[in-house]
Amino acid sequence: MTPDQSPVLQSGIQPRASVWRRLDAMSRRGLPAVFTALSILLLSAPFDLPGQAELLPGVVLSSVFFWSVFRPASMSSPVVFLLGLLVDLLGFGPPGVMLLILLIVHGVGLSGRYGFARMHILLLWAVFGAVALAATVLQWGLVSALALRAMPGVPFVFQWTLALGVFPMLCALFTVMARTMANPDRA
Amino acid sequence: MLIPLSIQSRQALDKLVLPLLIVAALGIMLLGQADRRLTERVRMGVADMLAPAYGLIVWPQERLHGLYQRMRDMTRIEAENERLRTENANLRHWYDVAAALADENAALKGHLHWMPDPAPSYVTGRVVRDTSGLYARSVLLAANVDAGIHKDEIVLDASGLVGRVTEVGGRSVRVLLVTDVSSRIPVTLEVSHGAAIMAGDNSATPRLMYYPQDNGPIEGERVVTNGEIDSLPAGLPVGRVHYVRPGQPVVIPAASLDHLDIVRVFDYGRASVVAPDAPGRIPLPRPGNSLVPSFQSKVGRG
Repeated sequence: MTPDQSPVLQSGIQPRASVWRRLDAMSRRGLPAVFTALSILLLSAPFDLPGQAELLPGVVLSSVFFWSVFRPASMSSPVVFLLGLLVDLLGFGPPGVMLLILLIVHGVGLSGRYGFARMHILLLWAVFGAVALAATVLQWGLVSALALRAMPGVPFVFQWTLALGVFPMLCALFTVMARTMANPDRA
Repeated sequence: MLIPLSIQSRQALDKLVLPLLIVAALGIMLLGQADRRLTERVRMGVADMLAPAYGLIVWPQERLHGLYQRMRDMTRIEAENERLRTENANLRHWYDVAAALADENAALKGHLHWMPDPAPSYVTGRVVRDTSGLYARSVLLAANVDAGIHKDEIVLDASGLVGRVTEVGGRSVRVLLVTDVSSRIPVTLEVSHGAAIMAGDNSATPRLMYYPQDNGPIEGERVVTNGEIDSLPAGLPVGRVHYVRPGQPVVIPAASLDHLDIVRVFDYGRASVVAPDAPGRIPLPRPGNSLVPSFQSKVGRG
């Protein structure tokens, strides 16, 4: 039971849990993961947008962090694992790096969620900035270690800046989604 | 949950999932590092599956880009017309020159009773794998071997000499590239008219050796084969001379050896070219028959 789900107080007058209603609730619960997977697929597609490859980690990190804090039921650890696997399969970096980073960010969001969920949005943004910075530094370190040479740091700084910039926009979008489309209580 | 568990054990299991997944991620990282070919294969499989979808994405982009190009061309059609008219006049002049030269060439060949060389037969093949390692430069070719590919035949791509056939299999052929350390090709330098040996050294640019010291290779001049060995005719384009540093000329190959695609294997049939017996000269010993000078028999009879 997550905070934005209302407790079942009057079970007697709820609509019957038919197959369709259960399917509807399930799709609403799965919407965050589907949304993230779709954005991974779209951002790996050949659109030739400038900064497309650097935007992908920002979007995925924001999504995993937001949903891990506000509704872990929709962003459970196996789902994060599958999303990380998808990023690593579509990318051409050393395999497993994004997977590990996403799991760590998910763990951080999960363990601090009771504090994070009550924060002001600006403060949460700052926390996400710190988490994303740590994740980007870890990514740079792992990629450099696996390639046995120090990678240039500028693309990673660019990637972190994009993650920082995209988080508030995704936050607004996800908040609306959590109340409407992705709200299992509305099923 | 299918198995009934107490709340405590279920919570303990939930806490175990994330560390287990992190260990799995570390395992994937190590596996990807240990077996790169597996990673490549899985990724290529995913890419093959997604290729039609990506094609659907690329198609409208290309159409839009083409439309944009056409609209931009329309805006500067006048300048383009002017440029084309100038170029056309220039080309017409060169066409006249070429026609005159072709006529002259045909007349000269007529005077000489020129017999054209037989057109060489060739087999086309696709380069399927780069079998280069640390110590060799070679590629594997998928080709119809039964159509007549033999050892030592010459391989060319669209723009120049690639290498020679070293091994012939049932459906594939191994080609030793001109950049391999064991490759030695006699070449002619087109401008300075010097002869030299092009020796591969496993780098992208083979060295030039044994060129005339008083008439060195000139930077940028064309290098062609020299035809002094069997199976290799004269005049095939090889590349251009480049000086890495003074006194060290190398050849930049004309063929794009680092991404070969479709190549042709030529049978020039030069192994059957045997020099005629020259009267008045002592015939060279051939392997297999001993030296029997023709005048010796006359002396014996007389």
